[in-house]
Formats: sequence, structure tokens, C-alpha cells
Amino acid sequence: MFYAKVFVTLKKSIADPQGNAVREALLSMKYNGVKDVRMGKLIELKLEEKDRAKAEKKVRDMCETLLANTVIEDYSYDILEV
Amino acid sequence: MKFGVVIFPGSNCVTDCYYALRDVLGQDTEYIWHGTKDLNYFDCIVLPGGFSYGDYLRCGAIARFSPVMDSVLEFAHSGKPVIGICNGFQVLTEAGLLPGALLRNKNMKFICDNVFLKTENTNTPFTNLCSGEQVLKIPVAHGDGNYYVDDETLKSMKENNQIVFRYCDAQGHVTDKANPNGSLGNIAGVCNREGNVLGMMPHPERCMEKILGNEDGIVILKSMVNYLKGGVING
Repeated sequence: MFYAKVFVTLKKSIADPQGNAVREALLSMKYNGVKDVRMGKLIELKLEEKDRAKAEKKVRDMCETLLANTVIEDYSYDILEV
Repeated sequence: MKFGVVIFPGSNCVTDCYYALRDVLGQDTEYIWHGTKDLNYFDCIVLPGGFSYGDYLRCGAIARFSPVMDSVLEFAHSGKPVIGICNGFQVLTEAGLLPGALLRNKNMKFICDNVFLKTENTNTPFTNLCSGEQVLKIPVAHGDGNYYVDDETLKSMKENNQIVFRYCDAQGHVTDKANPNGSLGNIAGVCNREGNVLGMMPHPERCMEKILGNEDGIVILKSMVNYLKGGVING
């Protein structure tokens, strides 16, 4: 079994109004020095797979097809054997 | 001549589209459940608005993998007309039938309002009865309508006249103030390179009758009928 954590974030070139609203809130709470806030998604997957390379390929395929929209988002992942 | 209105779980403008085509325009129209695969006896497909699959993950992302979508892709690639309205537009971008993507509205608010659109391309199956640069008042209702596309794609879209509608003021001026959601270049509707697939955030099917106080949407749906009847497309 493998456990994958997939992180999906808006591309750096794309404005993130949600992150900006959170930043403004933090600043209004006197957390000074918060230069930037970017929001994203964490997707946790449990995969019934024995081979690490196959698990990784599967995760990459899932990111490319469904989990991320590569027109606007970047993705990264960590894979742990469990 | 038959229109098909696709129903995804969570689509909520299905009846409006069906009513607009069948009752207002008198066209043969059928619902298409998202599990359907055979679209052979349809001449035009409508992907309606709503919240398919609860907008989970991203708007339109899961609907894009509904069984019907393989057939919609095939249908579109064969050159037949497909229109996606609001959530339907989001599904079409997710499916790669249209360039770009719809991001969260810049002001983070769900916007439900009448907006004005400037028609920038009348040479499509959806706008052929519009006069050049015609200004239409059409309602929007969305939280994720902020159109984005990368610079390079935008350039080729401009060269191919793929920007069909832009948000404007009542006089037809495309201004920042008239942009409700932060869309790049005030873009409200785009078509594919071939022109047979249109996506737009505003809802023409919601303004089809005098009794509702606004009939501006009728020219878009009538253009589709005109196109299918072999009507002339504006040059």
C-alpha cells in the first residue's frame, strides 16, 4: 500500500483572491509581515499498489487528468509506503 | 432537427434550456442523461448551467469525465454545434474543447445580475443573427466566471476571432467597471478555432420572453436554429 499526498496550487502567475483575503485578515489581526498567502488543496490518496514506480505513475496520471487543471494549477506529491 | 440538453447530476438550468428551445422556439428538444453515449440523432448539444457534481474539486472537472462527454467530444470534433452555458462553459474548458479556464470571481462573491455583452464575432452558429457589435443584456449567476487564458493562447484566439462576447456597459464600451468578475480582457464567451463550440458565462435561456422583462437571449438561440436550417452566416 502507498499513501500519496497531492498538493494542488494555483500557478504563480495567477492571482489568488482567496489567499489575498486571508492575508488581509491576518494583517488586520496584527500578524505583521505576512507578505503573501496562497491557498491550495491537499488531496490524500491510499493506493493498493505494490510497486512504487507504478504507484507514482498512477498519481502523476491522476494529477494530469483530473486532480489538477494544468492550465491554471501546478501540482506536486509525496508518496509514502504504508 | 433535434436539440439535446445534457443533464449532469447537479445541473439546475436544464429545464430552462429545454423550455427555451421547445416552448419558446418550438424546436424538437430532448433531455440527455449524462450516462448516455449515443448522440447520433442530435444536431445541437447544450451543456446547461448548474453545479454539476456539486462543483467538487473544480467546477466542471468531474462532469468532464461523465460517460456522455466522450460522445460530446466526438460530436464537437465532427463539426456539429455545442453550446455550454455557465457550468456548461466550465465543463467545456475542463474537457479541452475550449481554451482557458474559469477561476473564482475576483471579488470572491457569487454574482447574480444582469450584465451587458458586446458581440465581437457574428460569424458563428450562435451569433449569426446578431448585428455587428450588438449589445445584449443577459443575466449572469456564478461564483467562478473569471476567465483566464495564457498570453500566447489569447493571441491566437484573437487572430482566429475566438472571443465572441465581452462584458461592456449599456453603450457597448468595454471597461473595467463593466467587468463583473475579473475576466481577462472582459471575456464573457469564447468559441473554438473552428467556431462550432461556444462557451459563455451569461444565461441567454433566462431572458427569452417579454413577460420576464428581457428578450435579449432569444437572438442567440434563434441563431442556432437559423444555423441548423442552413441559414447564412454573417461574413
